[in-house]
Amino acid sequence: MSKRVALEGSFAAAEAARMADVDVIAAYPITPQSHIIERLADFVANGELHAAYMPVESEHSAMSACWGASGAGARTFTATASQGFFLMHEVLYFVSGMRLPVVMTVANRAVGPPTNIWGDYSDAMTARDTGWIQLFAANNQEIFDFVLSGFRFGEDPDVLLPVMVHLDGFTLSHVVEPVVLPEQEEVDSFLPKYHHPYAYDPDRPMSYGIVMNPDTYAEVKKAQDVSLRESKEVIVRVWKEFGDKFGRYYSPIDGYRTEGARTLLMSTGCLSETAKVAIDRKRDQGEDVGLLTLHLWRPFPFEELYEAVKDADTLIVFDRAISLGGPGGPIISEIKSALFDKRRDIKFAGLVGGLCGRNLTVEQFEEIVDRGREIAERGSSQVLETIGIRG
Amino acid sequence: MEDGVIRFGKNIVAKEELLCSGHRACQGCGSALIIRLSLKALGKDTIVCTPAGCWSGVGSMYPDTAWQVPWMQTLFENSSAVAAGIESGFRVLMEKGRVPKRHINCLALAGDGATNDIGVAALSGVLERGDDIVYICMDNEAYMNTGIQRSSATPYGAATTTSPAGKVIPGQTTWKKDMPAIVAAHDVPYVATASPSHPFDMMNKVKKAGEVKGPGYVHVLSPCPTGWRFPPELTIEIGRLAVETGVFPLYEVENGHYKLNVDRAQLKPVVEYLKPQGRFRHLSEEQIERIQDRVNKKYADLKARVTGQAA
Repeated sequence: MSKRVALEGSFAAAEAARMADVDVIAAYPITPQSHIIERLADFVANGELHAAYMPVESEHSAMSACWGASGAGARTFTATASQGFFLMHEVLYFVSGMRLPVVMTVANRAVGPPTNIWGDYSDAMTARDTGWIQLFAANNQEIFDFVLSGFRFGEDPDVLLPVMVHLDGFTLSHVVEPVVLPEQEEVDSFLPKYHHPYAYDPDRPMSYGIVMNPDTYAEVKKAQDVSLRESKEVIVRVWKEFGDKFGRYYSPIDGYRTEGARTLLMSTGCLSETAKVAIDRKRDQGEDVGLLTLHLWRPFPFEELYEAVKDADTLIVFDRAISLGGPGGPIISEIKSALFDKRRDIKFAGLVGGLCGRNLTVEQFEEIVDRGREIAERGSSQVLETIGIRG
Repeated sequence: MEDGVIRFGKNIVAKEELLCSGHRACQGCGSALIIRLSLKALGKDTIVCTPAGCWSGVGSMYPDTAWQVPWMQTLFENSSAVAAGIESGFRVLMEKGRVPKRHINCLALAGDGATNDIGVAALSGVLERGDDIVYICMDNEAYMNTGIQRSSATPYGAATTTSPAGKVIPGQTTWKKDMPAIVAAHDVPYVATASPSHPFDMMNKVKKAGEVKGPGYVHVLSPCPTGWRFPPELTIEIGRLAVETGVFPLYEVENGHYKLNVDRAQLKPVVEYLKPQGRFRHLSEEQIERIQDRVNKKYADLKARVTGQAA
């Protein structure tokens, strides 16, 4: 029997790693993710989890130790945020390129300066091209479910790629919500033991990360791209199986009240939950507007996007990160690019807000829809449209 | 007589080559010798992590590899952390009965730049936590792979491409960072210095570093004909002179106890070590004198540690 418990998002992440019976945790503290690794340290110290807990001296070494452990064949987990995420950056490429299915939660946080600790996605968005599978959780249940299912599809022999689960710093990491925890036996029957077909083995010596020249490098990178793209099928399949087993179904883009909606708002992470209330109000007022929540950021869910917007004529995208000097927020840029060939008739609006933990209310999401429609209809004089930002 | 070994007096060396021929090291490369002999000392149950450096391209280039043990290219600063992760991974898998129990040497094999400079934090972390890895620093006293740029291991006075012997500034202006002392300050079980000119001493030290529980660190001088500007046939000779002049003394620190492995009643003058090397060609008498004074002092300090009379 599963049980419903009250957990902050950090503890939901830690519970998922514990129930996945991770073998190695290498971590370095940073706000707002520290509760995750503190909880795991408790589990190990109390004998509730048999794992090596490596309290390393930096995030760079955290991700490096994860690389070694995962390559040795150990199920491996870590967590980070913001500047710590940046310190890992160099290693992220090696972990994906070496095809190591490390799972990492990122308690998303703004990037300095100005120095800060609060949530937005300016850390996450810099990892776009690192070759990791990347998911955005919108609530604490999703954090648990995405970490657990992340091990499953990351470790799939047809995938072998690392998985990043993004969760909003503070708004999820430090907020208590009800979370349904499955029984250990249910988890064990869903998640087989990790086995890497090319794990380091003195009886089968291989050379890893070998130097390649212009005649071969590009083919390897292309193959890596194909693997990441094709992982989507496995992710969708695993989520179907997850739903059949645990009763909660996920898809790369989740729709909310999208039936017959001509206008769609797209959001990501926990603010989608606030946006849902705004959508409810709009629907009650008879407006034909629905919500899309982007769960899968990499590999980018092209087909699911085409399907989700097939009946819409207006798409408003809310971004929680600023792309300095760029063409609006990072997500709207990609959405426009993805739809350029398929749906040139769609009118777009992109708004950026919620930076560094600045709260957005239900009313502001209603405003996003109203202004978004206006911008989509009449166009905008500025590249960067914002919500709740002065000046 | 056992199979698979060669005896040199009381020294027994494995025949098996775990770094095979055909690699791209320069003629007379000290580090090729260090790796070949160190792997003989550690045996085939060894996993090697090598950061950016000469051995990124020297030991392997797709589709070739000279490594007969599992080997990986790591990033410049993280070979120690990756090796520690491998060790932790295998330890837990063995505890859980998922992998058969055996001793596997997790070896970080790095140059002086990767050790003293960019990787010093990761190494310090491994040493402080007591991760059970072997760390071999192959110290050729500059960033040779990128074209002989100075590192913090470059000795005073040496000319490199970023500490050139100029008209105003005559080569490296700083003294060599004493990395073995920094490692020893972490109170790890085993620290040693070695030189390929003393191969059995070096192999014994590498073996010990693999056998101790916790980090074992061996700092090996790696004479580099290309970067130090000497004829490739002099590699062993230069290594021996480094030891005999006291420029690079051979010692080990076992659980805090210092032991000098090669001692001479009278050190040879440093000029004998400096003269054959092009990187020191420009040194003035005064600079050589400064180096001699420094070597005398450091050697006396070391001997005081050996006899337990250090301040």
